[in-house]
Amino acid sequence: MKVPIIECEKLSLMLGGVKVLDSLTLSVFEKDFLGLIGPNGGGKTTFLRVILGLEKPSEGRVSVFGGLPGSSPGRIGYVPQRLFFDREFPLCVRDLVLMGRLSKKKLFQHYNQVDREKVDLAIQTAGLERLAERRIGDLSGGELQRALIARALAGEPELLLLDEPTASIDPEMKTTIYDLLEQLKDKLTIVLVTHDIATVSRYVTRIASLNVKLELHDQGSEPVKGRSPLSALCQC
Amino acid sequence: MLPEILAFEFMRNALLAALLSSVACGIIGTYVVVKRIGFISGGIAHTAFGGIGLGYYLGINPLFGVIPFSLASALAIGLLSKKAKVAEDTAIGTFWAVGMAVGVILIGLKPGYAPDLFSYLFGNILTVPSFDLWMILLLDLLIIAVVWLLGKEFLAISFDEEYATVSGLPATALYLLMLCLIALTVVIMMRVVGIVMVIALLTIPAAIARLFSRSLPAMMLLAVVLSGLFSLSGLWLSFMFDIASGATIIVVAGLSFLLVHAWRLVRSLLRAR
Repeated sequence: MKVPIIECEKLSLMLGGVKVLDSLTLSVFEKDFLGLIGPNGGGKTTFLRVILGLEKPSEGRVSVFGGLPGSSPGRIGYVPQRLFFDREFPLCVRDLVLMGRLSKKKLFQHYNQVDREKVDLAIQTAGLERLAERRIGDLSGGELQRALIARALAGEPELLLLDEPTASIDPEMKTTIYDLLEQLKDKLTIVLVTHDIATVSRYVTRIASLNVKLELHDQGSEPVKGRSPLSALCQC
Repeated sequence: MLPEILAFEFMRNALLAALLSSVACGIIGTYVVVKRIGFISGGIAHTAFGGIGLGYYLGINPLFGVIPFSLASALAIGLLSKKAKVAEDTAIGTFWAVGMAVGVILIGLKPGYAPDLFSYLFGNILTVPSFDLWMILLLDLLIIAVVWLLGKEFLAISFDEEYATVSGLPATALYLLMLCLIALTVVIMMRVVGIVMVIALLTIPAAIARLFSRSLPAMMLLAVVLSGLFSLSGLWLSFMFDIASGATIIVVAGLSFLLVHAWRLVRSLLRAR
């Protein structure tokens, strides 16, 4: 029996009077690689925010690592959509990745040698050695995305949540990011939110589509009336 | 020239005030610039005028009125914009004006003319008493200590508050603490450039420093140096030409800002050719 990492039971969420998530029931088990797809506004990012403890469910139950969402930051790595921060910020890749160690430190505690070693390792894994001292504003989209993944890895997470890591970057870069995830999927539990249905189906072990309601399309399950599960999804 | 200036005690105090206030200004200004909270900082600065009125009304050193008043207003503006369903700029604008109004009323209630009011609004570095210098030094040390202890947390909430929350940091509490440090910096700089112009000296050195820095500590250091240079050269010019010191410092800083950007523009045009 696999260990459940995320368990949702009839999870619903209202935001500003609109039902964004409707009665989701889903378990993500250890070493799962779940691809979560669906249209814009379908609630994919909101779902991640619930798992992270940033939004409280209106109804239903969610547990992450057997506790309330947000209660185990040191075990979760989060790769947010990269659109939302300031590229002028004076910060080099190494210091960005160092932020991934925050969840392992107490208030007032300064970073130490162990933190720096974990950062070096994460930078290596993401293939960013040559860019470690570069300002984040001077990175390409794909490089920045890998730096954000390195930041999440530096915290040595057991669960990795990625929000559209391949949105708006060129196809070649997408492949390097998927190769990186491929390399990680034996060690971590991964939830990947994406638009990229065709590519993602090659890498993930489970697929779910989310459009306010959740539909689970587990690999290996019976295709729906002669259609492949994937073509059933393409409506979104 | 220099020995001649230093012969006057008020001039020595002015130089010390300029240098000491630059320390807080560069460090806290860096956060104001990277976190883009210039408007909220301006709000805190102007609300602090109510504290001057309070100190004046109670007949105590205005610093003792303005420190608690500006700390309280920093917390109130911060909480209102974070927790209540009020647009942030509305909250700030309201405090901005009401704080000044309270100051005006309190000063009006006290009979007699308030002679040094002008110096709180527009700064008068030439009249800084020794006691205030010690206060500035104390606040400097406090700010350095807090920033040294919470450097990694402040960096995290400046860069991405949501990620800081996800990492388990008390992001709102840290943000409020940061606003309190801004309030204290405003108090320090009030003597130098005055409430009305604080926001310029708080942001300009840091904004220039950002162009040349790859990390927050480097940006802070450069901003402290620039702030010191602007204050000292402004002070010197004001002495030479007998013009208002606070305003001269701001003009020097503003011109430097324009020159740096003009130079960058010219450079990029030349490169493009």
